[in-house]
Amino acid sequence: MQLSMTVQKSFNGFKLSADLNVSGDRVGIFGVSGSGKSTLVNMLAGLLEPDNGEITLDGDKLFSSTRGINLRPEQRRISMVFQQHSLFPHLNVKSNLLYGFKRCPVEYRTIDFDTLVHALKLEGLLGRGVTNLSGGEKQRVALGRAILANPRLLLMDEPLSALDDSLRFQIIPYLKGVSEQFGIPCLFISHSLVEMRLLTDMVLVFEKGAIVDHCSSEQLARNRMGQSSVGYINLLNLGRPSPSAGLFAYPWGAGQLLLSVGSDHDRSIAELSSKDIILFKQHPEAISARNLLPCRVRTLFSSGRKIGIELDSVGNTLIAEVVQDAINELNITPGSTVYAAVKASAFRMLPG
Amino acid sequence: MFQLSPTDYYAIRLSVQVAIAATLLSLPFGFAVAYLITFVRFRGKMLLEVVVNLPLTLPPVVVGYFLLLLLGRHGWLGSLLNEVGIRLIFTLKAAVIASVVVGFPLLVRSLRIGMQGIDPQLINASRTLGATWHDTLLTIILPLSLPGLFAGSSLMFARSLGEFGATIIVAGNIPGVTQTIPLAIYEYASSPTSEKMALSLCLVSLLISMVVLFLHEIMARKMARRN
Repeated sequence: MQLSMTVQKSFNGFKLSADLNVSGDRVGIFGVSGSGKSTLVNMLAGLLEPDNGEITLDGDKLFSSTRGINLRPEQRRISMVFQQHSLFPHLNVKSNLLYGFKRCPVEYRTIDFDTLVHALKLEGLLGRGVTNLSGGEKQRVALGRAILANPRLLLMDEPLSALDDSLRFQIIPYLKGVSEQFGIPCLFISHSLVEMRLLTDMVLVFEKGAIVDHCSSEQLARNRMGQSSVGYINLLNLGRPSPSAGLFAYPWGAGQLLLSVGSDHDRSIAELSSKDIILFKQHPEAISARNLLPCRVRTLFSSGRKIGIELDSVGNTLIAEVVQDAINELNITPGSTVYAAVKASAFRMLPG
Repeated sequence: MFQLSPTDYYAIRLSVQVAIAATLLSLPFGFAVAYLITFVRFRGKMLLEVVVNLPLTLPPVVVGYFLLLLLGRHGWLGSLLNEVGIRLIFTLKAAVIASVVVGFPLLVRSLRIGMQGIDPQLINASRTLGATWHDTLLTIILPLSLPGLFAGSSLMFARSLGEFGATIIVAGNIPGVTQTIPLAIYEYASSPTSEKMALSLCLVSLLISMVVLFLHEIMARKMARRN
């Protein structure tokens, strides 16, 4: 996807002025509520007309105030997954799924209905009314409906914000997997940094109607560490756990972590805040924390008044945060060795 | 006790005919006006709303008089129609027109309430899934407006059955031609010897209204279950 937007829009005292040029298949738009993210994507989808400017997608002009071009939403081939599922209540699951497919010109129909239904595990739901579905099922149907329209771009406008935590992390693999499997570029809008990191590679940061930053989702998380009350959230890919002295031992790359919570899954993701990692210059004599990981310092970075430390623990990456005094006292420099102590209870398993 | 003359049977048939014709005739216009008011932004929207709702607040006799001025032989529209040989005043068509004008605000109001209940995001979803606006109108807005459409139609039908003031002005009270149930009851009530006949027609009117309202409730519940 190659997207270029230079648009202005004013309404009810709010002024949006965006100038972006982005390429990639998994792009995020990050910003707090009211920053203008949804206004921007509505203009891209053709649901809202900019006051002036230009929108070009993959070389095609979708809107140009100077040339008098304004393609209607149905002409743009941009599907949307909304915050609320927005399924048509008078149609059953199958009819909802096929709504966009039937309206897609035959030459663009490359996605097979049965393959998609299988990928989203919707086989048993096709004949059901959409009002009888759970929140997660509804959002899966909404995603399938948008994909089956065979769009050239999939817009996801905070599709997870109406779901509770457990459903949210059940849906994320579908959002990620389906757009990749069917080769549809997606633009993901969210105010959640964790969602950004799980679903996008490149992020545009939106504030007060303007783009203020353009970086990778990983870089964004590091930049925000110092001003975030929860610090940087390490997302750790873990294997199937085994019981170990009242705790659970999870394979973590070439290493192992002890957590206080178990899991039935072969693969799971645990969150660990950079604030919950304590660094020692030398191996402590005794410590209550059950994870003591020898690490090599890769790099240091500043974020607000904090210093972030990228650690290498048997090939795995951990980000810890400390203040400048600690850096001086422990004499931490790239290449030096430290011990990272983490309590078994400091981890939070992502539901799903 | 229960007495109905052949003229009464004709009045009943005429009432039902007028109500059905008025309702069917109003449906497309009512849907269009409700759509305009609900979904389209344009100058003069408030004026349109006031004009549509005016018959609700005006005495029906006043509505009938205005219609007489408009459709009468020397009226603005009536004179034009007269030139091509169409006469509306004191015909069944005039009774239908009177019912249309008086019942129209009820139809539009119900349809509008139904349309306002449609989540705008459903319309946006439809458009981004490749539907043109008229496709969205037919496949999303119309089916989701059905509860409002049924509610409005039954209210309009019932209002048309009871229409008196405007009808008597523009259609007159001609037995066998323009005399509907309310007009027949009015005539019986004016005569001291026709009390039973008036009561019989009142009971018929009550029965028809109850059937219509029961159907309305059944449809409303079915639609609510479906949605």
